[in-house]
Amino acid sequence: MPAAQTTGVRASLSARTFVWLQGLAGLVGFALLLEIVPRSGIVSPDYLPPFSAIMVALFKEMTTAEFWTALGDTLEAWALGLVISVVAGVVIGIAIGSSHVLRTLTHSTIEFLRPIPSVALIPLAVLLFGSQIQSTLVLVVYASFWQVLIQVLYGVQDVDPVARETARSYGLGVWAQIRYVTWPTALPYLMTGIRLAAAVALILAITSEVAIDTQGLGKEISDTESGGAVAIMYAYVIVAGIIGVIVNLGARALERRVLAWHPSVRLDTAEAGA
Amino acid sequence: MKNSAPLPRRIAVALGLPVILIAAWWITSADSQSFYFPPLQTIVQTFGKLWFSPHALSDIGPSLWRFSVGYVAAAFIGIAVGIPVGASRNLRNVLEPVLEFLRAIPPPVLVPVLILFTGIGNEMKALVIVFGCIWPVLLNTVAGVRSLDEVLAETVRSYRIGRLSRLWHFVLPGASPQIFTGLRQALPIGIILMVVSEMFAASDGIGFSLVQYQRTFAIPEMWSGIILLGIIGIVLSLIFRIVEARMLGWYHGLRQSQRAG
Repeated sequence: MPAAQTTGVRASLSARTFVWLQGLAGLVGFALLLEIVPRSGIVSPDYLPPFSAIMVALFKEMTTAEFWTALGDTLEAWALGLVISVVAGVVIGIAIGSSHVLRTLTHSTIEFLRPIPSVALIPLAVLLFGSQIQSTLVLVVYASFWQVLIQVLYGVQDVDPVARETARSYGLGVWAQIRYVTWPTALPYLMTGIRLAAAVALILAITSEVAIDTQGLGKEISDTESGGAVAIMYAYVIVAGIIGVIVNLGARALERRVLAWHPSVRLDTAEAGA
Repeated sequence: MKNSAPLPRRIAVALGLPVILIAAWWITSADSQSFYFPPLQTIVQTFGKLWFSPHALSDIGPSLWRFSVGYVAAAFIGIAVGIPVGASRNLRNVLEPVLEFLRAIPPPVLVPVLILFTGIGNEMKALVIVFGCIWPVLLNTVAGVRSLDEVLAETVRSYRIGRLSRLWHFVLPGASPQIFTGLRQALPIGIILMVVSEMFAASDGIGFSLVQYQRTFAIPEMWSGIILLGIIGIVLSLIFRIVEARMLGWYHGLRQSQRAG
């Protein structure tokens, strides 16, 4: 039995390496495609420089202070906006979700406000804050707050009535109930909300940089485009993509870590059609 | 529990808070002297003048047209590419990292990129929307095809059901809950890109007008544009829900009965 298990583990390990290699082959193939297409003249190199030229531009940019400032600005706006949305979403979500009356009364309002595209707020943000970081924060927070709030509301609703009654009979106070009954139930939902919000927050941070010229990667991309520095522009696009991948993977890793104790891997309610 | 309440009461509960909020905005802004926050009454009047005129069509029309073309194209391409990728294990393993990377690129950066290729015309805006919306549809289709019921798949194969009817009666319906998840994630992205591409470079469209109003400090007009965009967002998500409820009615019913049982 143990022998069978080890061979099983070894087999699955080599299978995993194989899958990993396949993925690597895909990435290399994609890079080759980006090299060949402009070189063969299918697409003019003026519009899409070969992959090697983009990489050279990227490494050159990485030695400049401008690059790191832009990266820092984007990450700062993203992180600040995300933290604000998560804190607000959790506090408001638990407050509304714990009361049946509040939940019923606010339901329609939340459903109304949620689909309002946060880019609609761009002109207002520009008037009030110009191209400062506050403008970005308005957009980021409006977009990602709802993701967190909705998930927390689902989570609080999911509390087992028996557990709630038990806690009440044992004389747990409001805070103790939130801490020991509501919080553990809502946590998996909250993590889903944070994962969705993290991705949305990055999109809106970059949107704000492209559309209203707040400092960051998006502004570098639109500046280099209008300045004709095409290879550098693509270098920044690749950086934005890498940040996106790191945000997605990081959020998933955080989710697994925080929920390591959780007995089951829950379906994402937001994604499974709730 | 909700359905047991009488209808008038449910309507009152649904409309209560929105009405209170709008009334509060109306009253507190009634004699507002603030330049940036004009009275709601002025905004509503401007809204009527601006968006119920024939001129409005020349703004709303192009925006919604580009959005629809881009979104529908993204849906078709995403599903069409997602099905073969989801069905083949090797193809999936090879392409998944590349697709995950492409999906992770925040779509608004594509606006400057695509301007290079297509200038600032309609093609650019529709293409930006296609490029932004395609990844959630594609990746969710892949996941949906991948998690098709294996027993059903074997059954379909044993009965030697032809390719087309297998696609139509088994693969598409089986993957449809996931496909709709992708379509739902793509909807706000499409709206963001519609507005941003028009703000960045355009000569018509809602995003273009909105920026013009803001730059010329036409504040009530700007507010009415913000409200219009909000309404468009709400209406599009309502339409989506209706379509989804019709096409996935069987699935929600199934889940409900599974939960109850």
